[in-house]
Amino acid sequence: MSTAATVSTLKGARLPKWSPYAIAAGSVALGVGISFAADLHSSIQWALIAGLLFVLGTYGIAARVEGRRQAKDRVATSLVWVAFLLAVVPLVSLVWSTVARGVKVLDFYFLTHSMGLVSDDEPGGGIYHAILGSLEQVALATLIAAPIGVLTAIYLVEYGRGRLAKAVTFFVDVMTGIPSIVAGLFILSIMLMFDMEPFGFAGSLALAILMMPVVVRSTEEMLKLVPNELREASLALGIPKWRTILKVVIPTSIGGITTGIMLAVARIAGETAPVLLLVWGNSLINANPFEGAQQSLPLYIYQQYANSAGAGAAYDRAWAASLTLIAFVMILNLVARGIARWKAPKTGR
Amino acid sequence: MDTQIKDAPPPSPQPTVAEQKRAARGATRPGDRIFLGLSRGSGILLLVIMAAIAVFLTYRASIAISKDEANFFTAFEWNTQLIPPKFGIAVLAFGTIVSSIIAMALAVPIAVAIALFLTHYAPRRLRGPIAYVIDLLAAVPSIVYGLWGALILVPHMNGLYGWLDDYFGWTGIFSWQQGAPRSMLTVGILLAIMILPIITNVSREVFRQVPQMHEEAALALGATRWEVIRMAVIPFGRSGVISASMLGLGRALGETMAVATVLSPSFDIQASLLDPGGGTFAQNIASKFGEASELGRDALIASGLVLFVITLLVNGAARMIIARRKEYSGANA
Repeated sequence: MSTAATVSTLKGARLPKWSPYAIAAGSVALGVGISFAADLHSSIQWALIAGLLFVLGTYGIAARVEGRRQAKDRVATSLVWVAFLLAVVPLVSLVWSTVARGVKVLDFYFLTHSMGLVSDDEPGGGIYHAILGSLEQVALATLIAAPIGVLTAIYLVEYGRGRLAKAVTFFVDVMTGIPSIVAGLFILSIMLMFDMEPFGFAGSLALAILMMPVVVRSTEEMLKLVPNELREASLALGIPKWRTILKVVIPTSIGGITTGIMLAVARIAGETAPVLLLVWGNSLINANPFEGAQQSLPLYIYQQYANSAGAGAAYDRAWAASLTLIAFVMILNLVARGIARWKAPKTGR
Repeated sequence: MDTQIKDAPPPSPQPTVAEQKRAARGATRPGDRIFLGLSRGSGILLLVIMAAIAVFLTYRASIAISKDEANFFTAFEWNTQLIPPKFGIAVLAFGTIVSSIIAMALAVPIAVAIALFLTHYAPRRLRGPIAYVIDLLAAVPSIVYGLWGALILVPHMNGLYGWLDDYFGWTGIFSWQQGAPRSMLTVGILLAIMILPIITNVSREVFRQVPQMHEEAALALGATRWEVIRMAVIPFGRSGVISASMLGLGRALGETMAVATVLSPSFDIQASLLDPGGGTFAQNIASKFGEASELGRDALIASGLVLFVITLLVNGAARMIIARRKEYSGANA
């Protein structure tokens, strides 16, 4: 990084390091000035003018001092930075507004009471019934999806050859892309056939369908990381393949498999659409997932938003429930990643 | 690898063909056979589920479509209570495609830029934490995005709408009649924000796999950072970015709650992106389900079948592109 004073014949001339900031400051000042002069009020216009001036200024100055190629490089750099900052704004706003508005009503009472005697537009009530329903539905879905997913992954990695394995791989991939509402409609179409009323376990089935491919994918990746030497050593000792898988392959990759399952749980815990179709929602506590409508946390958020006709109390509850849900998902994520790091197989890479 | 050497029956001088075959297949012990059966069974179960989804949806959809008095694909109404019932998916198909196009047009360039930022521009110490945060953002449930979109994003859109109307209103697609900004444009922007993390994640993985040698070779020839990206990184990562975008598109097409909370739906097509109205497949199912009759539900299932087929095609295409480069399979990274 030469300063303007050093004249080198080996390097082209370079702008000083502070030049982007200077150009940025200059263009903002000019943009504001022009906006005032032209009597513009929208802050978007101000930003747009300043941004345009910045890009043109950078390009012009750099092209003069450093040459066209360097100028393009500088413009690309600033565009990439702008894209990053642009994306940060909504994402920060999302997290901030959820936390700031969520803490208003989030307390012990909120977590331990249902909406039993509270109508949607008055304050009070809580999410106990929703947490209970969510936990039950997600747990049942995990009980179904995790074994099937792990076994399928074992089949694909340890046994899978030929057309069946190829078909399974392809459809697992395609299955990851099924919209959650379609999974809900599938279970719904079965329920319509048998004339069933909505109940919690139906939601679990739809969630399990969404969860399976995720578990298969992540478990597959983990099993592939297990070095072949381990399998060969075990088989060479005369141990049958199934015991090799159970006693050598799985223990080696158990950390990664657990992580994958937890991430999948985090994903389905936030699904609303299938629950809306199949579990229906309930403002009372229903601890039995096999009979009667239940509540779930994401569905609770939606219903508080949609059924309240703009009542502030309901919005507050929706935000608090969102905060709870995000906290649950984030903790699952963090713990899962922690396990992954802690139990990572030593692959010698 | 070959356990059958020990398992095989005592070597007879001339093993029969059947014996050779059994030996070649490996699984001879009961434990092995049970385990293979279990794991293969779960694989087959997955295929059965996929087939069952297609069959059941098609069956219910055929019931609905046979009772439909309007053309299911071109009708501009959704009146399942009417006698005779009339409903069609034209508006939904239009809305789904338009909102997804807006989302893709906004999200893909920004996501690619962020991925480049994370691999080539960001200060080295910040790369890990930022990537981690984006990973976490991909896990934020869609209903939370929906709530945020409806209560925070929508009120903030008025300024942008007014500005677009002032300067681009003459194009027709950006004219605004001062309605609440619960229109396709807001939906598209919200969807873009939602699919940003996943596209960024997958693109970043792809860019990280660019061979160091290619970049160093370009640098050694005196290329600037932008030229390195254009000559070495983008060509290498193109197929990966395309498939990442298709994954994002799949999400945008099937997104339910965020659209249902933000859009104020109607069963007609608005010429302007800024005027509220229209609908998407998933949103329509979620909003109409509550008061739907038996036929109404079947009709919604029929529209869900169309959505299922569309996402199947999009995802299938994405997988085909990925399959060319196996190591990009970070579908749920």
